[in-house]
Amino acid sequence: MGYLISKKAADEWLAKLSESHDIFAPKCFPGEGCFSDTDVIRYGQVHTLDEIEFDRRSDYSFKETLLAINETLFYFTEDTSTVPVGRDKRLLIFLRSCDLHALRRLDTIYLKNGPEDFYYRRLREKADFVLMGCRKSCDTGFCVSMGTNRTDRYDLYIKCEGDSVWIDCPSDASPLCAYLKKTGAPSCGVVPDYVTENNEKVTLPKNLSTETFDHPIWEAYGSRCIGCGRCNFVCPTCTCFTMQDILYRDNENVGERRRVWASCQVDGYTDIAGGGSFRKKQSERMRFKVMHKIYDYEKRFGEPMCVGCGRCDAVCPEYISYANLINQLAKEEHE
Amino acid sequence: MSNAYIPFPSRVKEIIRHTDIEYTFRMSFEGDVKPGQFFEISIPKYGEAPISVSGIGPDTVDLTIRKVGKVTDQIFENYEGGTLLMRGPYGNGFDIQNYRGKEIFIIAGGTGLSPVKGIVDYFSDHPEEAVSTTLIAGFKSPKNILFRQDFEKWGQNLKVIKTVDAAPEDYQGLTGMVTRYIPDLPVTDLNNTAFITVGPPIMINFTILEILKLGVPEENIWISHERKMCCGLGKCGHCKMDSTYICLDGPVFNYTEGKNLID
Repeated sequence: MGYLISKKAADEWLAKLSESHDIFAPKCFPGEGCFSDTDVIRYGQVHTLDEIEFDRRSDYSFKETLLAINETLFYFTEDTSTVPVGRDKRLLIFLRSCDLHALRRLDTIYLKNGPEDFYYRRLREKADFVLMGCRKSCDTGFCVSMGTNRTDRYDLYIKCEGDSVWIDCPSDASPLCAYLKKTGAPSCGVVPDYVTENNEKVTLPKNLSTETFDHPIWEAYGSRCIGCGRCNFVCPTCTCFTMQDILYRDNENVGERRRVWASCQVDGYTDIAGGGSFRKKQSERMRFKVMHKIYDYEKRFGEPMCVGCGRCDAVCPEYISYANLINQLAKEEHE
Repeated sequence: MSNAYIPFPSRVKEIIRHTDIEYTFRMSFEGDVKPGQFFEISIPKYGEAPISVSGIGPDTVDLTIRKVGKVTDQIFENYEGGTLLMRGPYGNGFDIQNYRGKEIFIIAGGTGLSPVKGIVDYFSDHPEEAVSTTLIAGFKSPKNILFRQDFEKWGQNLKVIKTVDAAPEDYQGLTGMVTRYIPDLPVTDLNNTAFITVGPPIMINFTILEILKLGVPEENIWISHERKMCCGLGKCGHCKMDSTYICLDGPVFNYTEGKNLID
């Protein structure tokens, strides 16, 4: 069912939803970007629609709402371990179509690859997703090429224009729209905005194989990489983490085991005790990442991992274009 | 919903000292476990380390640990009379069924003997279940030799070639790399062989070259890959090679599959 209401009414509805949900959405943090006088758009808790950045793509993806950068798995004292209690309230997460497609990749790794992940599962079950439409394409995104520009797997769709707010709630029985129904919000047909063309177009190579691993392109692109790992951290589908124990300075008998985000581009990722490591060169790490996104994951799970959000190309301090790399592979294959 | 990240405490029942930095910890454990599988072992505050099962008893598992890192340093400091935290077992492990009734050749380098030791033990205890079993075990030097007591036992039922890369002049045993002994292995029916090789990546590479030179079909070779198994649950990504998660799909691979994996 679709609704058209005023922004004031929509904020009242969000306030009502806040009783059951913590609402997370992309927010603009002025002046907090990596470079001077730049903003950063990342996820934070919001209470009103005005706090949400609807127009620009977030620099960081929604994944940190489900997978904390540092996540405590359990606390330990001398001889007991205690799992932190899960969150009480549900989550309402605003995100775009590409990110909603990325959610399925996160689900695949955390719920289907090996045993279900306890921490992801208990958060995921409490999460509802609000689709934000895209009226125009973002700069580096290539969602159309990846087929992730549209989705109907949302719990809510919200579009703001001036004082008007359009809402679509596909499930009429959803508690998310109970308040709207109760207050008699005027209903209307609402179809989410989506883009049909991007500036950036990407063709996936069709005949990748393990022979591609020896291609000179990895050295050409990888030699420029400084191994900062930003591409991994902004990626909505990168899921790697490292287990880490810490102890508290004020009481050394007490500490916690965490998992923290990890990057396959950063030193140490493959190090094993005793000094061995498996991908020492940045070009090998670049090959590992790109092949995972467009080949290895698909081989295992049936769809490419990359959703074409373009964040990695936007964040790279060395201006390395992952999209160009893929296009070049495809072009050479064609020739 | 079970939480696979929570370890259970396991009592250290016995310590077998092989070298100054390599001990076998016999840990209390009841449950199904196969040779070649691994556990995540930890001491709170220091972290976890993946350790292969090097022996299986009725209510114990052996973990042969080399003191080479933050976690293992602590384990060596603090094991006395104590407990370690464990979770697992993880990985596929070796399937005895693949080797029964065959001419078995096991080629291991250093601590690479740990993951295959369960197989060696099994066919040493049940020699009638294989046509023959031969073990080539290589160590860096005489003082690095592991499982000394086990070698005495294995020597009675199996053909054992124990070699060291380098030794003082007065050393009585065999010397040279494991690859030196492969060309002379007593293979009678190439098609009914099972070769298993575990060790550092470079040793595995050269060992396989020698095995293939004998004319052994690729499908008769098994390897075990050692990678950074950080979670053991297919989530953390550190052990991934191509589309394969070593912690879930391995660490044991038939060579026809394992040869295609690229880091």
